[in-house]
Amino acid sequence: MFYREAGDFKTSYSDDGQTFPIAFDRWRYYAVMAVAFLVIPFLINDYWEKSILMPFLVWSTVAIGLNILTGYCGQLSLGTGGFMAVGAYASYKLMTAFPELNIFFVVLLSGGITALVGVLFGLPSMRIKGFYLAVATLAAQFFLVWLFNKVPWFYNYSASGQITAPERSVFGILVTGPNAAPWATYLFALVILTGLAWVARNLTRGRVGRSWMAIRDMDIAAEIIGVNPLATKLSAFAVSSFYIGVGGALFFSVYLGAAEVGEAFGIDKSFLVLFMIIIGGLGSIFGSFAGAAFMVLLPVLLKNVLVGGLGWPTDLAAHLQMLIVGGLIVLFLILEPHGLAQLWRIAKEKLRLWPFPH
Amino acid sequence: MRDTATVEPMLDIRNITLRFGGVVAIRDISFDIRQGEIRAIIGPNGAGKSSMLNVINGFYHPQEGEIWFRGKRRGPMRPHEIARQGLARTFQNIALFKGMTTLDNIMTGRMTRMRSSMLEQALWWGRAEREENAHREKVERIIDFLEIQSIRKTPVGRLPYGLQKRVELGRALAAEPELLLLDEPMAGMNVEEKEDMSRFILDVNDEFGTTIALIEHDMGVVMDISDRVVVLDYGRKIGDGTPDEVRNNPDVIDAYLGVSHD
Repeated sequence: MFYREAGDFKTSYSDDGQTFPIAFDRWRYYAVMAVAFLVIPFLINDYWEKSILMPFLVWSTVAIGLNILTGYCGQLSLGTGGFMAVGAYASYKLMTAFPELNIFFVVLLSGGITALVGVLFGLPSMRIKGFYLAVATLAAQFFLVWLFNKVPWFYNYSASGQITAPERSVFGILVTGPNAAPWATYLFALVILTGLAWVARNLTRGRVGRSWMAIRDMDIAAEIIGVNPLATKLSAFAVSSFYIGVGGALFFSVYLGAAEVGEAFGIDKSFLVLFMIIIGGLGSIFGSFAGAAFMVLLPVLLKNVLVGGLGWPTDLAAHLQMLIVGGLIVLFLILEPHGLAQLWRIAKEKLRLWPFPH
Repeated sequence: MRDTATVEPMLDIRNITLRFGGVVAIRDISFDIRQGEIRAIIGPNGAGKSSMLNVINGFYHPQEGEIWFRGKRRGPMRPHEIARQGLARTFQNIALFKGMTTLDNIMTGRMTRMRSSMLEQALWWGRAEREENAHREKVERIIDFLEIQSIRKTPVGRLPYGLQKRVELGRALAAEPELLLLDEPMAGMNVEEKEDMSRFILDVNDEFGTTIALIEHDMGVVMDISDRVVVLDYGRKIGDGTPDEVRNNPDVIDAYLGVSHD
């Protein structure tokens, strides 16, 4: 009924190219933003922050990053955990070396440092593609984790080998450390994610995004049209690593508070993010959010149902939960290989025609 | 037929030899493409036609010979650098960006003419949006020209073959090339689609003044629309001239109809 583009005539190319061309979509987007910024901060408590909202925000940031590289530019990467570690350790070193520096800039600078590292490990993409590149990025994953474990300078020679985030504030409000209020950490991560998601949308709709997708879909044709393959791939590595680095910095400093590299940034994290973007939808910003939500919420939901609802013992539920999540992923990929974003698109197509079948 | 004999050659190919290991794909071939003409390259399968196009747009680097473009000798260049000099092409097996819409595919053709920086793109600020709209207008003109308005926002992977060929031509045209290379633009088409495509090729040549080099197997089409024809066989050049000259060339007749060796 309301979900129509009919009667909503576009009179300029800017109007036609906007993110939400259908009025109903636009209003729903404003509503979601209003709830996220104006309602949730007043309702949030420790449980919601720690187990649902913060993981969702952090993993969404990282998933957008990997989606830019893998979903938009077609370069398969298994180094996500390692790049997150770069972001985390960069933010730790920056926070301890420059205590005066605002945490906001610390996070962005950590992203910048990760972007440089990402470009370095993206260089092999000039020569190798697909699974072979995945193996090369796997080397990055293991090398980076080993490096942060082996060189004590990175963890400031602490006896435990852990890094711990000192207290930092924005406008006098603590956002890191154990005393930070849930609403403050939530808003801090939300502001950064909103900004980055907007930038990702801008990048993917213009010249840069088209050159990424051209390389992904047909690299030979892209080259004869004038796309420089090396520069394009490296720009994807840089932007992607920036997002992943920011995500890693947020993960460590705002969410975890303390981290040990092998445990927090292991290979399992690389796969987790890859699952997120495959389930959410490759080459879709919305898909990154949907995939992150799916992977964060499903275990929480299952735990609540199994332990809270059915009264199973916690350890049994924890094991079965892994089986069920794995099974659901497989089932889901068989039913809709293009992910939640595609499901969403189909639903919207149907909704546009509703209540008429054609 | 136009008389282009006095016109400067736009592209001059001199004594090109291309080898893959021991196989000689192209043997000492020279020909030129003049400003504003439609030049056909024909020959039986495996004659080296596509290899020739790949040499012209920089995928293959010939072992011997020179390529002169607009009066200057071309050094070794990558394909994306050659594209910036004003060369565009289509492929024998359609090479579109399958995941992108028709509009995005053709917009990608204008890549070399976009100037806004990464930062402007990221913030969608300043030149980024203005440029996008200016190029969109140019692209819409091509969409009108090729009569593909209705599939503007359809992912090209879903389009039928004939339309995909048309979108690919659109993508090449979007670059506003000086020299357009078409590798079998009519392969696998029915008569009606061939007529449409021929009309588009002639219109491009007429309206935009684009020089066109094309490979095609349909002799009727080749003889009708091209100004001059070069004939290859087994990597050698066996004929070069107007359609009439080529048609009456005994070597060409031998290559196409076979000859008895007794």
